[in-house]
Amino acid sequence: MERILDTLREKGASTALILGFFVAWELFCLVANISDILLPRPTQIVAALVKFWPAIWPHTYQTLYTTLVGFSIGVVIGLFLGVLIGSSRLAYDTAYPLLVGFSSIPKVAVVPIFVLWYGAGTVPAILTAMIICIFPIVVNVATGIATVEPELEDVMKTLKASKLDILWNVSLPRSMPYFFAALKVAITLAFVGSVVAETVASNRGIGNMMMIASSSFNVPLVFAGLFVLAGLGVTLYVLFSLIEHRVTGWAHRKTDLASP
Amino acid sequence: MNAQLRPAEAGGGAVPTAPFIEFENASITYGKGARAVQALAPTSLKIAEGEFVALVGPSGCGKSTILKMVGELLKPSTGFVFVAGREIGANPIRIGMAYQNPTLLPWLNIRDNVMLPLKIVPPFRQGFRAKRNSEFRDRVETLLKQVGLAGFAEKFPFQLSGGMMQRANLCRALVHDPDLLLLDEPFGALDQFTREELWAVMQDLWLSKKLTVILVTHDLREAAYLASRICVMSARPGRILDDQIVELPRPRTIDMTFQPDFVELNQKLRAMIVGARGGTGIVSHPPGAA
Repeated sequence: MERILDTLREKGASTALILGFFVAWELFCLVANISDILLPRPTQIVAALVKFWPAIWPHTYQTLYTTLVGFSIGVVIGLFLGVLIGSSRLAYDTAYPLLVGFSSIPKVAVVPIFVLWYGAGTVPAILTAMIICIFPIVVNVATGIATVEPELEDVMKTLKASKLDILWNVSLPRSMPYFFAALKVAITLAFVGSVVAETVASNRGIGNMMMIASSSFNVPLVFAGLFVLAGLGVTLYVLFSLIEHRVTGWAHRKTDLASP
Repeated sequence: MNAQLRPAEAGGGAVPTAPFIEFENASITYGKGARAVQALAPTSLKIAEGEFVALVGPSGCGKSTILKMVGELLKPSTGFVFVAGREIGANPIRIGMAYQNPTLLPWLNIRDNVMLPLKIVPPFRQGFRAKRNSEFRDRVETLLKQVGLAGFAEKFPFQLSGGMMQRANLCRALVHDPDLLLLDEPFGALDQFTREELWAVMQDLWLSKKLTVILVTHDLREAAYLASRICVMSARPGRILDDQIVELPRPRTIDMTFQPDFVELNQKLRAMIVGARGGTGIVSHPPGAA
């Protein structure tokens, strides 16, 4: 009972602070008399969100769709490359420099190339979301796999375990906490990727909607787009945190894992 | 338990008179050219089936190197290592191994940790799915009881003390009925009382299973308590300086370690290792050369 009260108090404090941020924003705009063309107040943004919702929804759906598809493909490729790089010296030496070079390229710069290949629309958004989230996943999974204790590897080798046995029973489960940490970074990055692509070359999606809204000086709608993106990002982040806690609770020494 | 499963006894392995493990001028050199360091000088050693051999010596003398060669983790730079009558790389025997670091998998409970070798080693792996909740479960339970971990099967490693983790580690090394057990300072990180308790556990296991054990240790009392034979090694490059049978009766007890014959054996070993560390000028590198 006391513990529940404690968590309530903790959550209550953080919720109050978050709300306080928006209240301060509102008050600041009112007191300083800032035009809604520069910085709309949160209430105006919410009003725009409600007013334009039927128009916003298809764009939200499009962005969520491209982001999740790109993210999923990115996760599969990232996991595969991470396992490869983490378990082979040769793969590490060849793929790592390539990967670092590739991820240093600003993603806006590659969108035109994708457009050239596939035309404007859904595919470039998916691809941009994908390539932007591969890197953190590869790096984390490779780290998890490469840092298996040498003693444990010896034990497995004296049991004549195959590479696949070691990967499946030791390396992969061991890299799961790293993998989930990477997923949380990757999902927020995937939104950046898809929205950048939509802004540059698409006629659908939140990014495109914001471009159109800003060209007609509908600034509250631009901010409404930002709010939608932030909301989606937070929701997916929380979702992955929950799955992470479920799957890799052992890494956080969760005591309720053990039956009494 | 199921001795008929052991390949060595099923006629697939050694001629009874041949030693179980044999080193023939086996040496190990790390690195190449001018930077080469010889870790183990050419060594010949024979170990019979069922022996409990302790390797003692100053640190860096190649004790663990010998262990790794037997476990097929290292190939000799020169010479040969035969296990169960065959050169390493082709041996059909089952090996269990335990290090000072218990390396239990943190995401599995103790039962599943101990079961790990059964998932990997034939013939157990073939029936693993079918037997994991019946036969194998009982096998693990029996072992856990033997080492004093009854009732801890559902616990996770982080809920156990260091001594308990090391007991579980021993179980994991023994669960697949190995013919050979390799121990690399398994009790090194424990406090003295836990260590002495585990000596007794280890002795009981050895007496009941009659397997071949090679133990690497810094602790001379441990060597004299557990081993049936002690090999003393010199500083790098390692050589076997002395090889002697421990005649003390079994089962040995902690009280015996304070008896004159035990103390005398200990002092003799100690003197040899102090000599091997360089107190008598055996080490020839100049001061400051580290």
